[in-house]
Amino acid sequence: MPNWRKFRPVDWALLVIAMFMPFLPLVDHNGGHLTVLVNAGVYMMLAIGLNIVVGFAGLLDLGYAAFFAIGSYTYAMVASPQFGLHFSFWPMVLMSAFVAALFGIILGAPTLRLRGDYLAIVTLGFGEIVPQTFLNLQKFTGGPNGISAIDQPKLFGYHFGLNPLPYYYLVLVLLAVSLFLANNLRTSRLGRAWMAIREDEIAAAHMGINTTTTKLAAFSLGASFSGLSGVVNASLLTLVSPDQFKFNVSITVLSMLVLGGMGSLPGVVIGSAALSILNFWLLPEANNLAAMVGVHIDFTQYKFMLYGIILVVVMLFKPEGLYGSEQRKAELKERGTSVAAEENAEYEEMPRETVL
Amino acid sequence: MSFFALKNVTKTFGGLVAVKEVSYEIEQGHIAAMIGPNGAGKSTAFNLVTGLYVPTAGEIEFDGRSIAGNKPDYVCKLGVARTFQNIRLFAFMSAVENVMAGCHVRMSAMLWDSLLHTGRQKREERAVREKALDLLRFVSLDRYADDFAHNLPYGFQRRLEIARALASDPKLLLLDEPAAGMNPREKEDLMTLIRKIRDRGITVFLIEHDMGLVMNISEKIAVLDHGEKIAEGTPAQVRNDAKVIEAYLGKTA
Amino acid sequence: MELFIQQVINGLSLGGIYALIALGYTMVYGIIELINFAHGDVYTLGSFFSLAIIGLLDASGELKGWPLFGVLALTVVGAMVLCGLVGVLLERLAYRRLRNAPRLAPLITAIGASFILENIMQLWKGPSPIPFPSVVPNVVWSFHGVNLASNELLVVLAALGLMTILQIFIYNTKLGKAMRATAQDRDAAQLMGININMTIALTFFIGSALAGVGGFVSGVYYGSTWFYNGFEAGLKAFTAAVLGGIGNVAGAMLGGFVIGMIESLTAGFISDQWATVAVFVLLVLVLIFRPSGLLGEVLPDKV
Repeated sequence: MPNWRKFRPVDWALLVIAMFMPFLPLVDHNGGHLTVLVNAGVYMMLAIGLNIVVGFAGLLDLGYAAFFAIGSYTYAMVASPQFGLHFSFWPMVLMSAFVAALFGIILGAPTLRLRGDYLAIVTLGFGEIVPQTFLNLQKFTGGPNGISAIDQPKLFGYHFGLNPLPYYYLVLVLLAVSLFLANNLRTSRLGRAWMAIREDEIAAAHMGINTTTTKLAAFSLGASFSGLSGVVNASLLTLVSPDQFKFNVSITVLSMLVLGGMGSLPGVVIGSAALSILNFWLLPEANNLAAMVGVHIDFTQYKFMLYGIILVVVMLFKPEGLYGSEQRKAELKERGTSVAAEENAEYEEMPRETVL
Repeated sequence: MSFFALKNVTKTFGGLVAVKEVSYEIEQGHIAAMIGPNGAGKSTAFNLVTGLYVPTAGEIEFDGRSIAGNKPDYVCKLGVARTFQNIRLFAFMSAVENVMAGCHVRMSAMLWDSLLHTGRQKREERAVREKALDLLRFVSLDRYADDFAHNLPYGFQRRLEIARALASDPKLLLLDEPAAGMNPREKEDLMTLIRKIRDRGITVFLIEHDMGLVMNISEKIAVLDHGEKIAEGTPAQVRNDAKVIEAYLGKTA
Repeated sequence: MELFIQQVINGLSLGGIYALIALGYTMVYGIIELINFAHGDVYTLGSFFSLAIIGLLDASGELKGWPLFGVLALTVVGAMVLCGLVGVLLERLAYRRLRNAPRLAPLITAIGASFILENIMQLWKGPSPIPFPSVVPNVVWSFHGVNLASNELLVVLAALGLMTILQIFIYNTKLGKAMRATAQDRDAAQLMGININMTIALTFFIGSALAGVGGFVSGVYYGSTWFYNGFEAGLKAFTAAVLGGIGNVAGAMLGGFVIGMIESLTAGFISDQWATVAVFVLLVLVLIFRPSGLLGEVLPDKV
């Protein structure tokens, strides 16, 4: 149960909006708006997953889109004319999450011993290798054209088709489940172990926490969420291709976390909602508005500039993000080395020949 | 096999010999100390015990098995807990969460329990919180249960680190300079606390610079200098050892 | 056999460019333990600045003798200074405040800075590749089916020459010694009267200036440039720095040539498509099995 007394106005606002979301389609009949929200939901799911890795466990994963790609392709390959297979959507939701988690383990097992910044670069490398591999393995993946005519879900004989409404509810349900599970993780033995590793890995190991398996759990659980959103994404677009999973996607999701506040679930919701609405609605709207007054500027091309500015400005001036928690604020401002910031005297005396 | 023993343990870093053929046995239920000038290799010895470093040569025995080269989390699971010379608390977790994190290795919640908050998980969380609060009471920090470790005064942080270490139900507790930075009053309390820990049946092995404290509570002391053990014995024996006096006061040429 | 020799030549010139970028990565990492993610984009900026300066001087491919030398000198020095200043600015605005924050924080601002630079370049010259004028006359020698171009020699010589100058600077000048001292122990260096902020800024200046040269020679070598060039080249150059042993100047150079070689040999003997994958697989393998690199030393964990 949440602690009601600690609720801030922003928490109440989020709660009210969340309660209202299921009834939105009754009020707003604009299919375009629903499509925007469905896309936002896909990204929110990605953000919830990445938050487990970056926010909870403190591992910077710059290749998160790779798991999104794996999830999407998993469904695309078994539910399209590509191999003539037409597996049902619903079990594949779980199956893709599982496959993504499996790849999380395969990619994470050898690399999670690395120091934080090296891990970031290795994950970035994976993020580049995976779509490139899908591009190269033309026989299985359709190469640059990707896989098209992907099956859309059916529920009790009802075809989802091109109407965004069923997707809207599908995403809403998946989001509720995702948030519930992520919050459970945060307030559990595993979540506490992640927090401990994030703050001081060596101390955590000395408290009996197996840092390798604990980090691996974060990596693969985080990946499983992107597997989920991958299936939804593939069936929604009915098309997957390697260029949907570039570095940009990983950074978009990271920007959402940073903006809202890494490690806090309300922060993730706020950050991903804000950037998605900007991305899928405000910037295209701005183009239309400008066109109406006769100015032809493509505002969407400034999108990544904006993400860059968010990353820099938020980390410099409000590292805990818009929602923020006191803990993250303090953590990100200074290294978490208690009173004695000095390193061990004996370590310092050890020979250390840096060439530079 | 003795309860705990370093047997001819050597550790070298590149060309530098940090610990050289050190042997030291400790009996269960004792308070034993290791002293020596700065850079004598004391902390390195601790790091070898807890598995942060792997000895270049030699054996480390604990509770009937050889533990040299095991990883820190496994050594902790076997029953060795430690504190750090320069305090490594989880700075931005509350005091009680720090201690609960220390309980990790004695908990049984699996991934599934954590994901779904099963009944088993909820019962265990409640029990662990109780245990953590008990330990905070034991080190007289229960009033600060919900404060960030980072915000506690220095002496309190040292005690919190001890509580966190005790949370893993150790048989052997390694204290790395527990009195560093404490005032005389706090040192008195610390001595009482260390004795109380021993009375719980936990063997205590400490590194300390404060001679008064070491001489007062230890049953046995080893003296390290330049990585080598130069003396070992009861406080009285060590106090009068010529080599020890030389190491501490320098050669009187 | 001809193919092999040809690919080695290609690999060496490719490697020269990576090496020039890798020097900046390795210097910055050596001194403040930051992967300066925006460094690859500073390299691209180098080619953009060169283009702009050549445009201003209105130079064409017909120049010879002193006028040619003058144009080249002005372009290279101009690109170096401008890139150096961008590097200093980056450090001042995006990294300095976070010098004592957890390493995650400045890495994230570095990624942000990279996106900002890329977007600025995209707005400046558009989203498509831009031709780079052939200011330097290119002579091609052929022996038994193997071609060697003077531009390829230029790249390799530029890289080797600048690395040598850098080595001499680091080991034999007062400023170089200040840099090494700061890299080893910032607090102690400060106590010795070294101006830390100045020294770190200088490191960024030199590293970025070298990337600027890299940008220029890559423009000459490829005959074109693109706002997004720096992303992949930067990643490969970082791989080179890690491979050589991060913090190690000679290692960065060695790593650069090795990476260039691997890329061109994979492209020549397996397929173009897999060249990039091969480099990233190597990055992963090096980081896992020998994170200290070919010439680096192994450091124990700090407690």
